[in-house]
Amino acid sequence: MADLASPPTNTTPPPTRRTAFAEGVDTVRAAATTEPGRLRIIGALLALLVLAFGAVTAWQTTDREAAADDVLHKSQPLSSAAADIYRSLADANTAASNGFLAGGQETAATRQRYEEDIDKAAAELVTAASNADPGSPSTEFITRLNKLLPEYKGLVERARTYNRQGFPVGGAYLRYANEKMQDDMLPAAEDLYQLENRRLQDDYGDATPYPWAAIALGVLALAGLAWAQHRNYRRTNRVLNHGLVAASAATAVVLLWLVVGHTVARSGLNSSYDNGVRSLNVLHDARIASLKARGNENLTLVSRGAETVKVTADGDEITLDKYDHEFTTDMGALDKGLALAAKLADDRSGEKPVATAESNMAEWKKRHTAARAQDDNGNYEQALALVIGGKDATGACFDGVDKNLAIALAHEQAEFRQAAGNGLDAMTGLSLGAAVLAVLGAAGAVLGIGRRLSEYR
Amino acid sequence: MGGVTMRARRVRARLRGWGGVGAMAAVCALALALVLMLPWARSGGAASPGQGGGKVAEASQAADADCKDPEKQTLAPSSADGPTIAAIKARQGEKRKLIVGVDQNSYRWGYRDPNNTGAALEGFDIDLVHRIAQDILGDPNAVQFKAIPTNQRIPAIQEGRVDMVVRTMTISCTRLNDVAFSAPYFKTGQQVLAPKSSKITGYDATLAKSRVCTAAGSTASTKLADDEKAGRLGAGVDIATTVPNQLDCLVRLQLGEVDAVVTDGALAASQAAQDPTVELKGSPFTTEYYGVAMKKDADDLVRRVNQILVQYRASGWQASYDTWLSATLGADAATSRPPAPQYLRTS
Repeated sequence: MADLASPPTNTTPPPTRRTAFAEGVDTVRAAATTEPGRLRIIGALLALLVLAFGAVTAWQTTDREAAADDVLHKSQPLSSAAADIYRSLADANTAASNGFLAGGQETAATRQRYEEDIDKAAAELVTAASNADPGSPSTEFITRLNKLLPEYKGLVERARTYNRQGFPVGGAYLRYANEKMQDDMLPAAEDLYQLENRRLQDDYGDATPYPWAAIALGVLALAGLAWAQHRNYRRTNRVLNHGLVAASAATAVVLLWLVVGHTVARSGLNSSYDNGVRSLNVLHDARIASLKARGNENLTLVSRGAETVKVTADGDEITLDKYDHEFTTDMGALDKGLALAAKLADDRSGEKPVATAESNMAEWKKRHTAARAQDDNGNYEQALALVIGGKDATGACFDGVDKNLAIALAHEQAEFRQAAGNGLDAMTGLSLGAAVLAVLGAAGAVLGIGRRLSEYR
Repeated sequence: MGGVTMRARRVRARLRGWGGVGAMAAVCALALALVLMLPWARSGGAASPGQGGGKVAEASQAADADCKDPEKQTLAPSSADGPTIAAIKARQGEKRKLIVGVDQNSYRWGYRDPNNTGAALEGFDIDLVHRIAQDILGDPNAVQFKAIPTNQRIPAIQEGRVDMVVRTMTISCTRLNDVAFSAPYFKTGQQVLAPKSSKITGYDATLAKSRVCTAAGSTASTKLADDEKAGRLGAGVDIATTVPNQLDCLVRLQLGEVDAVVTDGALAASQAAQDPTVELKGSPFTTEYYGVAMKKDADDLVRRVNQILVQYRASGWQASYDTWLSATLGADAATSRPPAPQYLRTS
């Protein structure tokens, strides 16, 4: 039997150590067979469910609150700032070409307007730069505009100097400056505006969707708590378990707060978009169209028929003055924009400036036709007087359109701020409240179950 | 993109604010949440930089081999009215004006003095236009001026946008294919303009490795392109910069974007007069004549303008030269005076 006493040979592998998970499952399975075990599991699951609900609610509402805050304090102001940059630049260029048309006798008002526009554009570029994310396409456009602005100003100053000496090279400098503005700066400003607008849309998109995940978890948690209480009632005939009731109440409050708060916020944001942003976009576009039209009207006289385009009308190809043709296109855009703005305006103080701008535009068109007739008849001086002369010139109509659009923009901006602010207010405290209540709710569930559990000791 | 970095920032901010329980609970919920919170896909409106690029057709035909002395290819003078003049005279009321393509940027040729109160154009070319209007319509001011860029002179005539072009326009064989010219009213030649401090001494090897500016559609532009093709241009001469008007070349020169300008001596002198730091380099390297350009079949108008020029050369030309050009081209008009005209064209 010596071989019996000898150590066993390793012919079979030793029993492998079972995984912690499998052991855990076995423990739970074992526990689930007894009531205290089951209660422990139910308590843990309920606490987890309530906590998860609170966490997801906090997460989703923080996200939406941040996006809504961006809408109100960042992307909308930036979109407006970008539109203002475009406006300032285009207006400066128009003032400069006005000065050229007026010759060496540039008026103090024109000069001041030009300087103010340039100052404004520079200041707005700084604002835009400080709000843009480093390395983003916005920064690229802003950098380009920052680089071009002094170049442009340098060309205009040279033009002024030569103009004063009576040399036509001053006009050549102004043409070069205009080219820089039209070909490089305004497109960059327009791209920036589009970009900021898209960002605004994105922020709206992040702020307004219903937090479905949180809502679903909330409903699930409530259902779980109800089932646990029903089970408790069946087993013990006791109606109320204080802990579970507290947990249910906390969960219900959070769920209600979440749904109502978000619905109110959403409606505020949607209204800020419908009544504010849409109007603002239409008004900005109309203002840009009127600026372009004014610029082209001036250029028609600056270039004196130098540039023509061929267009097909009624099957015939006709040659038109390029700038006058563009003026017609821009006025069409302005016309449409103002009509749309009038439709979107929802109160008296929004409608009034738009209506005034419309009547200014009608007068502008009438005067422009008269100016063109003079120019077509070779009466350049008269045409010039009708365009850059005093209060009877088209310039006065343009100023009227611009001023009224500015009033309408300020009004819509206020409406936007009001509605978006209300929306944002409705979200205040929601994420923190949800977190605190969820922790309380989970504690309630644990305590409630613990109370039942203690009866087994 | 901006949205992504912003969202990332928001996530960071959230994590900072949410330690402990929140983070743990968030991890529990993450898997479920990720599924439910799938992308809020959104599409922004595509930006469209609406810019119509105008293409300028530049006709560059080879000059007729048998064309010699283009300045002599014009019709004999006559004061008789024909269909073209009759049509001009038939214009009614405010429209009873001669429509003339001119330049408004050529100092002392056709330009607007910014310091004048009015916006009237003035200069040597403009004087001639007033004289022609006086003769045809009886009123020197019965003129509608249209400012025409250099490369639009021929299309403007062909399309009938103007009755004639009086705009320092060189009579050339190529252009004779498209328009009719009057007898010459001025003599000039291509010249180089550069800063006084420049090493460039004229249209020669010193131009090597420099950037030269010309007006699109100008004689200078054609000449430089031809010489480049024939390999006559110095090494590394960059002639890519062309501008709508010769004066724009002065702007580019002053801004240091080009090193030299090639244009008619008469115009180069006008540029030098506006900037004391540039000068004409070397002598003219071509001989050219300015003529009044008209529609190819406007025979009566061509003969009439030639008739007017006969008188103008006798009285008017010198006075106009003294007023506008003696300051820039010198008191002696001998080098600028056109030769006695010959009228070799018969049909």
